[in-house]
Amino acid sequence: MRILAIAGNTFRENIRDKILYNLILFALIMILSSIALGQLTLGLEAKMIIDLGLTSVSVFGTLIAVFIGISLVYKEMEKRTVYALLAKPVHRWEFIVGKYLGLLFTLLVNVVIMTVGVALTLLYQGGTEPATFLRLLPAVYLIYVSLALTTALALVFSTFSTPALSALFTLFLWVIGHFNADLLQFATLTKSTTVGWIAKSLYYALPNFSNFTTLDSRNIIQSAAHSQAVDAGAVLWVTAYGLLYCAGLVAVAIMVFSRRDFK
Amino acid sequence: MAIIEIRNLTKDFRVGFWKKRPVRALDNLSLDVRRGDVFGFLGPNGAGKTTTLKLLMGLLRATSGSAHILGEPVDSVAMRRRIGYLPENPYFYDYLTPEELLTYVGRLFGIRQPALGKKVRSLLERVGLAEAGGLQLRKFSKGMIQRIGVAQAIINDPEVVFLDEPMSGLDPLGRREVRDVIVSMKDQGVTVFFSSHILPDVEALCDRVAILRKGRLQAVGALEEILTMKIEAHEIILTRVRPEDTDRLRSMCETLSTIGDRLHLRASSSRQVQQILAHALANDAELISVNPVRPSLEDYFLHEVGAGQDGAPRE
Repeated sequence: MRILAIAGNTFRENIRDKILYNLILFALIMILSSIALGQLTLGLEAKMIIDLGLTSVSVFGTLIAVFIGISLVYKEMEKRTVYALLAKPVHRWEFIVGKYLGLLFTLLVNVVIMTVGVALTLLYQGGTEPATFLRLLPAVYLIYVSLALTTALALVFSTFSTPALSALFTLFLWVIGHFNADLLQFATLTKSTTVGWIAKSLYYALPNFSNFTTLDSRNIIQSAAHSQAVDAGAVLWVTAYGLLYCAGLVAVAIMVFSRRDFK
Repeated sequence: MAIIEIRNLTKDFRVGFWKKRPVRALDNLSLDVRRGDVFGFLGPNGAGKTTTLKLLMGLLRATSGSAHILGEPVDSVAMRRRIGYLPENPYFYDYLTPEELLTYVGRLFGIRQPALGKKVRSLLERVGLAEAGGLQLRKFSKGMIQRIGVAQAIINDPEVVFLDEPMSGLDPLGRREVRDVIVSMKDQGVTVFFSSHILPDVEALCDRVAILRKGRLQAVGALEEILTMKIEAHEIILTRVRPEDTDRLRSMCETLSTIGDRLHLRASSSRQVQQILAHALANDAELISVNPVRPSLEDYFLHEVGAGQDGAPRE
């Protein structure tokens, strides 16, 4: 009940923020522009729309997750709105979980809006089989799980650092997380056991975002574009990985936030 | 039984960038507040008032010592159902309207509709914001924010209310309204603990006060007990005094000042008062008033606390 109240208020905070509408607008313009770009390909218009459309969902979703996520807790401390709130019968962990769920809900609504944008563009283009629309779903779903992970990263940083630094850290980890596989490869190639060990530990410790973009060594967006089926078991595994990692990050955020003095 | 019980409460802040050194903001504070009292918490800036309130609200963690409210430790979430808190210079979600803010806060207390809606409307009425219920808080003046702050502090009908500088930034009308709210809370048996700089308000409202200076408790008790300063003085106001008599009167009193056509004289003993009155009346002056001068809290403040404000720790 209290967590829902906090989540609901966070959602309201997000949808009254202008930055959100700017990002959605840009995403929808990108998605629509895929019609024009599709004209340049011959017979691959639908593939172009899905490619560009889902990439937009992922990129703009990430931007929303980062730019709203980094100020999620920081803004409350900076503006001191948190003082009155924590004097209410609210546990500190409830505050963090509520804030996180609120932004996840905002992202869900946004991803749905953007996906509907992609689907409508496909419809406008015409000649797409109904099954293709269904093939979009696993890709969109995995994009959403990766957004949840990005948000959790931003949330952790937002409990102790300024928005600018948090954005830097989050994007830094996001980029590393996409090239995580290279770390593992480096670990096997290096001759030094210490360096190999460090590289390997980093590979396991850092969030592996490529899990969400690549399934069975095929790019998930490409699979959708080519209307290929994806393995449900693999999706389940990746979901479990994402959930576990998010839970861990939220726990860290709670730990940091619970120890804070509000001077 | 004390409703707020503070024992040896101490808080050090670590300041400095490289070499962190502790600065004591609150030093060994022990205090009891009785049920039903309006308790004033006084002290100059940096005395540790806000620090104390934040410790009581669980926003800060004490370096040592303990505090209990309603018999429960300050980090008890269940206890917070029964208290209210208005932070210093409060700031609320500016994207919300007062109605939305109070509804949100009410939900945190588990108040459900339709009782919540009724409660919110009556609170807005009570703090004089009924007209502005649908306006976003970003458009609010400081005084209006302060009032919504009072409203959110009492939405759960608390048994104890903590107000950090509730009158600051309010115009005379707003101060009056907050005062009325405090008085009505007292009438309902609510214990009010508030910090303030505005001494007349404290004098008018408080049963007991504590005075804090540099993180240390300077005095605590009923106002009359604290204000037993030795200056027994009377102020005499005269008019139509002949110029040649003014000098004579000046030699008979402690201080003399002229405001318009009136003379204000200060006499330190009743014998002086008699002499002045006898002389003035014998020389056709007109007596306007004779008043005993009771030392005000302000005098006490200046006298006892004013000295050595430098180097006070931050609040």
